[in-house]
Amino acid sequence: MRVRRLAAWTALPLVVTLGLAACGSGGDGGSSGGQDAAVSIQISEPQHLVPTNTTETSGSQVLAGLFSPLVDYDAQNKPYEVAAQSVTSSDNNKVWTIKLKDGFTFHNGEKVTSDDYINAWNYGAYAPNGQGASYFFEKIAGYQDLQGEKPKAKTMSGLKKVDDLTFQVTLAEPYIDFKSMLGYTAFYPLPEAAFSAPGVLNDSYEQAPIGQGPFKMKGTWQHDSKLDVERYDAYPGEKPQVKDVEFRVYQQLTAAYSDLQSDNLDVLPTIPTENLSTAQSDLGENYQTSPMSSFQFLAFPTFEKDYSKPDVRKAISMAIDRDEITKSIFKGSQQSARSFVSPVLPGYRDNTTGAAGQFNPTEAKKLYQAAGGPSKITISYNGDGGHKDWVDATCNQLKANLGVDCVGSAEPKFADLLTKVEKKQPVGLFRMGWVMDYPSMEDYLGPLYSTNGSSNYYGYSNPEFDRLVKEGAAAPTQAEAIKKYQQAEDILAKDMPVIPLRFGENVYGHSSKVKNVQMDLFQRVNLVKIEAAG
Amino acid sequence: MFRFILRRLLQMVLAFFGTTLIVYALMFAGQSDPIQALAGERPVTAAQRAYLTEKYHLDQTGVGGFFYRYLDYVKNLLQGDLGQSLTGRQIGDILQQAWPVTVRLALIALAVAIIFGVTAGVIAGIRRAGVFDNSTLVLTLLVLGIPTIVLAPIAQYFLGVRWQLFPPTAGAQPSFYALLLPGIVLGSLSLATALRLTRTSVAENLRADYVRTARSKGLVKRRIVSVHVLRNSLIPVVTFLGVELGNLMSGAIITEGVFNIPGVGFNLFRGIRTEDGPLVVGIVSVLVVVYLLSNLVVDVLYAVLDPRIRYE
Repeated sequence: MRVRRLAAWTALPLVVTLGLAACGSGGDGGSSGGQDAAVSIQISEPQHLVPTNTTETSGSQVLAGLFSPLVDYDAQNKPYEVAAQSVTSSDNNKVWTIKLKDGFTFHNGEKVTSDDYINAWNYGAYAPNGQGASYFFEKIAGYQDLQGEKPKAKTMSGLKKVDDLTFQVTLAEPYIDFKSMLGYTAFYPLPEAAFSAPGVLNDSYEQAPIGQGPFKMKGTWQHDSKLDVERYDAYPGEKPQVKDVEFRVYQQLTAAYSDLQSDNLDVLPTIPTENLSTAQSDLGENYQTSPMSSFQFLAFPTFEKDYSKPDVRKAISMAIDRDEITKSIFKGSQQSARSFVSPVLPGYRDNTTGAAGQFNPTEAKKLYQAAGGPSKITISYNGDGGHKDWVDATCNQLKANLGVDCVGSAEPKFADLLTKVEKKQPVGLFRMGWVMDYPSMEDYLGPLYSTNGSSNYYGYSNPEFDRLVKEGAAAPTQAEAIKKYQQAEDILAKDMPVIPLRFGENVYGHSSKVKNVQMDLFQRVNLVKIEAAG
Repeated sequence: MFRFILRRLLQMVLAFFGTTLIVYALMFAGQSDPIQALAGERPVTAAQRAYLTEKYHLDQTGVGGFFYRYLDYVKNLLQGDLGQSLTGRQIGDILQQAWPVTVRLALIALAVAIIFGVTAGVIAGIRRAGVFDNSTLVLTLLVLGIPTIVLAPIAQYFLGVRWQLFPPTAGAQPSFYALLLPGIVLGSLSLATALRLTRTSVAENLRADYVRTARSKGLVKRRIVSVHVLRNSLIPVVTFLGVELGNLMSGAIITEGVFNIPGVGFNLFRGIRTEDGPLVVGIVSVLVVVYLLSNLVVDVLYAVLDPRIRYE
């Protein structure tokens, strides 16, 4: 009797296990080739799926399938019209007229009108809505009235409807790259169904966003698990080559990499650093690289006495062997940088840093000693971003080539690092990175080095530079704008407020079940071009 | 028995509030700038900062702010509302999705530990110093020496990628088969401990007076082992496994990450990384309940195994 009861106690967990396990469902449909194919793409859990609140890559990747931008970028990274029929400006680039293509519909059948753009942008710019990409509307006239705790207005005065397919955008100041800017995620339209009342977004919209792009949602956003989309047949633009796309959420890239190797996952947009050294042999032809816009650099606290002299900054730059570090630590997955803007941009020139970008230990040491650089250098970085290896390598080079003491100092998070920098606490040199939002030199120069730039953490200020960037933005033609931007970049080369180190690349892999996998400058897979193999 | 359980339940309420208060305090103290942490490396606009600060009462700082937020939290908790995580999702929803898969994973791990660990432990205990005993000793030491963070990727690489015996990752709605490998990896550590524990306990009890008495009475060996020895030997093992159930659920952080299972461990890790205080406290509150309940079950099991405890 007792024995049996004991057996029952021990058997219980097993029975429960099997019972629970039986509830699970498993297996995927499997993909059949051609136009009906299904592909899976790795993402991390998106933070938001409202266009004006999406600033990270995963969310942007999903929205790129669900929405069609006003403009996209060609091989030279110049904008061309997609959902827009034409984007034209008045002579001084202050008033822009956007004509929409006829025939675009939202996935719920609604026709896309200029109101859908105006409402979406006003929603995004209105401060109390707390949208992450709100600042993209900064350049539009009337943006300031929507800011503060109790904004003066709910709509921007710069947005005016002309007719159902035309609207006019008036900027606060002339801006030549506004057309390029329109390709950014924040400028997608929202259907009427997205709003529960004028200016109030429906809570459930984000769970199944309705767009006007080549793919529509299949079901709702399955948090931490996946997002399924399928081809939207009424889409008037270029038709995708596959029917279904599954955006599968992974918490760790290494897990996704294991799935990729066994064909359980079709596209992995970023090969994890741990696997970089073996990826080429693991994946063979399915290992690929393409240009991307990221830019890694070391910033100087120019407000500190030690680093206030441009000669000290140049000497440190000359003492760093960039090529050695990109080769040994990044296995060639990044390129050495010797300019302040990315090579993907129109207007990029190679080697704008001149001699300061060339590795020259003897000159560096002479210059450093003549300028009286500090005897101890600290390089601060965020410990959660995998920066330790290259920072330590850089420090070792500085030790050897300048004869100084150098230590890498890790802060737990990037936010902690920025807080210290903002409070002007001595952190020494610190690492920074930048990824462009849209192809324009201004998107690199303005925010990073202007006196009031949103990401100018190093206290760099040069009125001449500010003036040139401003003039570039207000220039009447692209050619003139680029000329001004380039002059501004030359000033940076003289002052060296930061040391350009590396330009990034997309390093990605795909399974043998797909082909023609292309990635854009924003680390997104081109969903229209991807095809099933064989 | 009923009074015993009731008393334990009352203690649980106290323990629950005590632990959540401590966790809330720790999370609050460790917080630097949750809004920036959420935004990653991008600058946060003033408008968004103001919006989030107001929404989560982050403007209330210091000790007063702490109690303001804690009481606010408890008030909502008593109404069954776990609140929103900093990403705007309902924590209740997150947990509802995360728990089932973690519970299944933990139960598989526990079943592995019980079936293989206890059985092998009994055999090793009976045949002390034999070949089986020595080889399990070596094996368990090996497993105990390898941390999960090494064991899990190795198992995934060889069994999942190289030989393709199991799917390399499990995903959000895994089949029993897909959960088997992570379950075994997760359970291997408890398996090794359970085995050593059972083995020692059985070996010790085999030398006890009551076994000698039973043997001299002429009882068959199988009955001595299965009824007398096993029953007494299981008490320490049950204690261990009860606590281990809680550990398996909270300790699945690494395993869930490696095998891409969006369970409790993963959410806890993400919450800590993004300084998502409400999410961490929500998960820990439920984990506390799991620990308390599994301890209760252990105590009740004691009573079943040993009548002397029952009548105390």
